[in-house]
Amino acid sequence: MALVLNEEQRMLRDSARDFLKSRAPVSHLRGLRDSVNADGYSGALWSEMTDMGWPAILVPEQYGGLAYGYTGIGLVLEESGRTLTPSPLLCTAMVGAAAMVKAGSDDQRAAILPGIAAGQHLLALACDESPRHAPHKVDTIAQRHGAGYRINGGKTAVADGHIADTFIVSARTGDGVSLFLVPADAHGVTAKSYPVLDTHFAASLTFADVELRQHDLLGPLNGGLALLDQILDVGRAGVAAELLGIAQEAFERTVQYLKERRQFGVPIGSFQALQHRAAHLYTEIELSKSLVIKTLQTLDEQADGDPELVSLTKAKMGETAHLATTEAIQMHGGIGMTDEFDIGFFLKRCRILENLYGDSYFHLDRFARLRGY
Amino acid sequence: MTDHNTFRQATRDWLEANCPETMRHPYRNEADACWGGRNCKFQSDDQKNWLERMAAKGWTVPTWPVEYGGAGCDAAQARILTEELARIKARPPLESFGISMLGPPLLKFGSEELKRQHLPLIARGEIRWVQGYSEPNAGSDLASLQTRADDRGDHFIVNGSKIWTSYGDLGDWMFCLVRTDFAAKKHEGISFVMFDMASKGVSTRPIKLISGKSPFAETFLDNVRVEKNQVIGRINDGWTIAKYLLTHEREMIGGSGLARSGGVPVSRTAIEVLGSADGRLGESMLRADIARFEMDERALALTIERARDEVKAGVSLGASASMFKYYGTELNKRRCELLMSISGGDALDWEGGANHDGFLPKSWLRSKGNSIEGGTSEIQLNIIAKHLLGLPG
Repeated sequence: MALVLNEEQRMLRDSARDFLKSRAPVSHLRGLRDSVNADGYSGALWSEMTDMGWPAILVPEQYGGLAYGYTGIGLVLEESGRTLTPSPLLCTAMVGAAAMVKAGSDDQRAAILPGIAAGQHLLALACDESPRHAPHKVDTIAQRHGAGYRINGGKTAVADGHIADTFIVSARTGDGVSLFLVPADAHGVTAKSYPVLDTHFAASLTFADVELRQHDLLGPLNGGLALLDQILDVGRAGVAAELLGIAQEAFERTVQYLKERRQFGVPIGSFQALQHRAAHLYTEIELSKSLVIKTLQTLDEQADGDPELVSLTKAKMGETAHLATTEAIQMHGGIGMTDEFDIGFFLKRCRILENLYGDSYFHLDRFARLRGY
Repeated sequence: MTDHNTFRQATRDWLEANCPETMRHPYRNEADACWGGRNCKFQSDDQKNWLERMAAKGWTVPTWPVEYGGAGCDAAQARILTEELARIKARPPLESFGISMLGPPLLKFGSEELKRQHLPLIARGEIRWVQGYSEPNAGSDLASLQTRADDRGDHFIVNGSKIWTSYGDLGDWMFCLVRTDFAAKKHEGISFVMFDMASKGVSTRPIKLISGKSPFAETFLDNVRVEKNQVIGRINDGWTIAKYLLTHEREMIGGSGLARSGGVPVSRTAIEVLGSADGRLGESMLRADIARFEMDERALALTIERARDEVKAGVSLGASASMFKYYGTELNKRRCELLMSISGGDALDWEGGANHDGFLPKSWLRSKGNSIEGGTSEIQLNIIAKHLLGLPG
């Protein structure tokens, strides 16, 4: 498939851009931060996004969705990266929906997917137990209990864990690892919410003798790690798309500043020391963009995706967005360090997303292992 | 689509029948490359046959019109041909600055007479072209060139000197930038001319490089007669042609960072040379650099693909040639550095069999010039900053 957007995709991107610019620019995030909103996002805005059809993008038509594919949701996430808009788009509309589509039984899909499409269900993937992403390291345990399971353990740094009504939880089940759908209000589930540095929120979860039914198992028993990798790869592609938006926006704001800010009687953008760094950054963004587009298209074309490509994309996009946001601060000089100026928000959100589902060290290592070295 | 499938099958069958077995391996050394020209000495009958068969099909320049020695392929067919050549690891039948540099501006700006005179000879590899751009005092500031062409009615008399003429001592004809208006602003008094290197007054002197090789020469022009019908475009409008050619030269140099790997991933070389334990290279820091290199290599390859797709879709990536030139050459330097590190002491052997008769260290040294020739990395960054980002100054 050609590495360009088709007409329909361009229209989706343009409508997302227009909506987010007018309804949820960076000042929206600042407002949430200043109001000490403990959810970290606006339910009213989520209703409007639902009216736009965004939570339904990945949901099959038979469950009230649009079946518009990964490239589609990726474009919306890219635009929401430009405006730093907090919302359940990534965790529910992309990761949650993909998990249900990939692994849900007919009953599970029927129970959850229509609610996702309608903006009513919120999901969170709970797979990490240590500070650095290590999804194959699972100590949480699910033991057979009557006709179902009993889960004990805990998860850390669960994005959207403070608002989700359903968690996708990895747990050891004898010989392997399995995934479970755990209702947030199940007896024995505790979610401790805390703010993270970009003013979004996350939660740490504990499970104390949480009793689940057999049909809460998601996907094959003991086959959870392979499934988790597939779900995570979707999330990584989504994070990369959002990072692409962040990198582009931070870069464009910085180039604009280079043209406006005058020192020594001239625009600072006339200095070659800054021009070369900006030109290098432009090149890195163009390269990263190609990876993001290719990864999203591959998810649409191949059921299993392309793990090597996903890891390259997450690693490269993370490094590029990191460079874009740190250069943005440096090139803005002192004003970039102030809370009053928006550019710092980009640095913070970027740092969160670099870490989410594995940073570039994690993914370069995974890429090399997948390539046999 | 069916037409393209038919084309692919026919191409595959023809290559199977006509590409000699010995031509189905990456280059092992520079002598494996065939540059054609009047003084071409083929290494083998296979090399000669491979060139002649491909030229007869028009496939040395598949997208050129048939009347100029090409095959008139559309972009999709050309891509299929490239893919099918890669599938059997066929080496290029011909390396040619006539194809990669002179061809595009000649096709776009040349008169019908000039196209018919020069293009078929380029396509068949009969004339080897060299580039007369840089001068001792005009490197990055190319437009300040001083080689002068004085008007003598139906011809010019050219005096001056050129430097960094790639294979200048081996070339048959030169395309050359000369100053034809000495009063005009520097970009506006330049013309793009062509002449036979056998002309009276042309002499060359090879320049020995740090690699020990002499891929470049100085060229001295002493009262050389150049016919006025050998000007591409209008007199004094040569800078337009020069820039157009540079775009293609930069694309060629930028893309070569990928092509030069000969299809063998750096990581595979590393495994072969260093071995692995538990499926991992033992040298963990080197392993990380290799992974980061292969990440960027893939990103560049996809971006070149995307740029082609965008051109087809009618949107342009802009000064993409500068971007690819910059990134491709820097990437190729990284590749050479990694290969040197992987082989350690073996890579330092200047002539020994451990690194293909010194191919490895000589390639490493040669790669340092990639980010200088055709406009330095710094010049490319200037172009991106000015033309793509609109930064002042």
